[in-house]
Amino acid sequence: MSALREIEYRDALREAMAEEMRRDKRVFLLGEEVAEYNGAYKVSKGMLEEFGASRIIDTPISESGFAGMAIGAAMQGLRPIVEFMSWSFSLVAADPILNNAPKMLYMSGGQFGCPIVFRGNDGAGGQLGSTHSWCVEGMYSNVPGLKMAIPSTPDDAKGLLKTAIRDDDPVFFLESERMLGMKGHVPEGDEILVPFGKARTRREGTDCTIATWGRPVHFALEAAEALAKDGISCEVIDMRTIRPLDVGSVVRSVKKTSTCVVVDQSWSFGSPGSELASQVHRHCFDDLDNYVHRVHTADVPAPYAFNLEQEYLPNARKICEAVRAATYNA
Amino acid sequence: MNTMSTPSTDTRRLFDVHRGEAAPRIAPDRSVPPAATLKKWLRDMMLIREFEVRCMQAYQDKKIGGFCHVYIGQEAVAVGCVAAMKHEDPLVTAYRDHGHALARGMSARACMAEMFGRVDGCAKGKGGSMHMFDKPNNMFGGHGIVGAQTPLGLGLAFATKYEDEVMRGGKNTRVTLCFLGDGALNQGALHEAMNLAGLMNIPVVFVVENNGYSMGTSIHRGTTMAHDLKSKAIGYGIDAAVVEGMDVLETYHGMKAVIDDARARSRPWFIDLRCYRYKGHSMSDPRKYRTRDEEEAWEAGDPIGTLESFMLEKGMITADESKEMLKGVKAEVRDCVAFADASPVPADGELYTDVYMEPWGPYPGSSKPSMMGGGENTPSFRAIERSEDLL
Repeated sequence: MSALREIEYRDALREAMAEEMRRDKRVFLLGEEVAEYNGAYKVSKGMLEEFGASRIIDTPISESGFAGMAIGAAMQGLRPIVEFMSWSFSLVAADPILNNAPKMLYMSGGQFGCPIVFRGNDGAGGQLGSTHSWCVEGMYSNVPGLKMAIPSTPDDAKGLLKTAIRDDDPVFFLESERMLGMKGHVPEGDEILVPFGKARTRREGTDCTIATWGRPVHFALEAAEALAKDGISCEVIDMRTIRPLDVGSVVRSVKKTSTCVVVDQSWSFGSPGSELASQVHRHCFDDLDNYVHRVHTADVPAPYAFNLEQEYLPNARKICEAVRAATYNA
Repeated sequence: MNTMSTPSTDTRRLFDVHRGEAAPRIAPDRSVPPAATLKKWLRDMMLIREFEVRCMQAYQDKKIGGFCHVYIGQEAVAVGCVAAMKHEDPLVTAYRDHGHALARGMSARACMAEMFGRVDGCAKGKGGSMHMFDKPNNMFGGHGIVGAQTPLGLGLAFATKYEDEVMRGGKNTRVTLCFLGDGALNQGALHEAMNLAGLMNIPVVFVVENNGYSMGTSIHRGTTMAHDLKSKAIGYGIDAAVVEGMDVLETYHGMKAVIDDARARSRPWFIDLRCYRYKGHSMSDPRKYRTRDEEEAWEAGDPIGTLESFMLEKGMITADESKEMLKGVKAEVRDCVAFADASPVPADGELYTDVYMEPWGPYPGSSKPSMMGGGENTPSFRAIERSEDLL
């Protein structure tokens, strides 16, 4: 096989799950339409055929019930992968995923861990309206005891998901419906593990650090390309995981660039973006030439109309404006 | 599957079977266990009651904080059900959990130290009264949110079945007992769990400890079909029965038959287990919503007195032996209170342990409680990283 094999983001997710299921019988997948329908978004296509109905498990539409069931199974020592068709639907499972999974180890004084992965589509972008467009990282990353990964490319999708499945703690794995068809180079081999808490520099630059994660990484790269034509050199850092958050990589970059823009597709109030900005202010207090600028989703419910939704989300134009402002090039 | 059969004709006590589908007849074996077994049950019930009495005192003395829900009156439920289980069968319950923990085999010392918020508690003082966990005894908590434990119980049963059937290629060997109060009947989580259990043939027994009240709301004010709770399970295709909860022999016989059936067929059950809590919902409840007459009527059928009388009558214990037993129980509980009082509070460093299994950032990882031979990992408190640490 070619070393430059390109596959879709969804295929990368499937490879990660299938490889880990071949490796460890404790791993199984459950969720709505994951088996006979081949996955609502075809992420689990063909997995029923390979692993059978006892390991690729269709559930009824009962997020609270099946998420709680998977947590109980994890307490007994299995390693479930729970697919939420959309993270928006996880809200009805808030008690099990927030009150049980991340707290079990603590409440039991170290007796019962919860090695589980919750994964699915996060974020707006397809005119789905307010109820289906949640960026749950804003709310959920507030909870200690869970880990959170938000991959932006197929290779990271695979490497981070494999790490998530092998992790002994509960992992919230946030994918994006808008990226499932994105193609990228993913090397062959089943030992491609991307460690948590290690950001990835997507583009090197000297004038401004743009720290982001998930889908907005691509908007940031688009903005950096446009700004380069005007002589503004941006360093784009893909955080990859929100918990743990690799603040050190951003701090090192800001010590070089002296300005920073944080791009986060969740709402601004009490968000991963506000946390990162706060930490950069703290650790780079004497290095910054300007306060950390932030680009977020607008602080309103998600609209339906196409143009309004585009204006609602972070985009390259908004990032360019923020970088110009942060670098006094406005 | 067998053909539909008629409900049990043995009506000495409440035990009647309803089924959503054709199921084999459940006929409890009512042979009396040996005296040594009954003595253990009697002692276990005495221990729970004495433990709870001392908890109430310690709560008044402000040695115990937070919420505290005592089990007095319901001792036969935990003891009878646990006696009908195997050690390897998981157990999970709600927040009125001290009785289950003790019946399952947790030491009174670890249980009381947990109530006191001390480092020798079952969870190093991090769980408290409502969150009792005991891994060596397959006790999966103590859960504080009403009904939250029902999908967890389903999952424990799913996992044991998965281990037996998928990983080992054998037959299901274990049953999970998932306890809930009658208040949880009205939580959506239970209904999702019952649907999944019925659908997926999960060997979980939902045991409703029906003491008639969810906090101060009588069951008739809180749920439909309160006169026939079995009807709630039948719609999910789950076999259901009423079991007596004030007579440990009856509880044991009924639950043994149910658990054996759940194990053999790998099917869920729903049990309406009739019992009564003598005390209030929690320590602050003056019980204004019920009459003293009602309480006295239930207390007349006290589970400890009922078993003691039965054993005296059958010559399985003497009055002197019973007195000695109670004396021993009182000494054990006095000891556990003294132990809890002398146990150190958790070190400040424990604040950051057990958040994650693996160390990162301010989290040093996880350690086990002293009852599991752990507790050696008590690192000093770590502040948020200094800037230099990030570079």
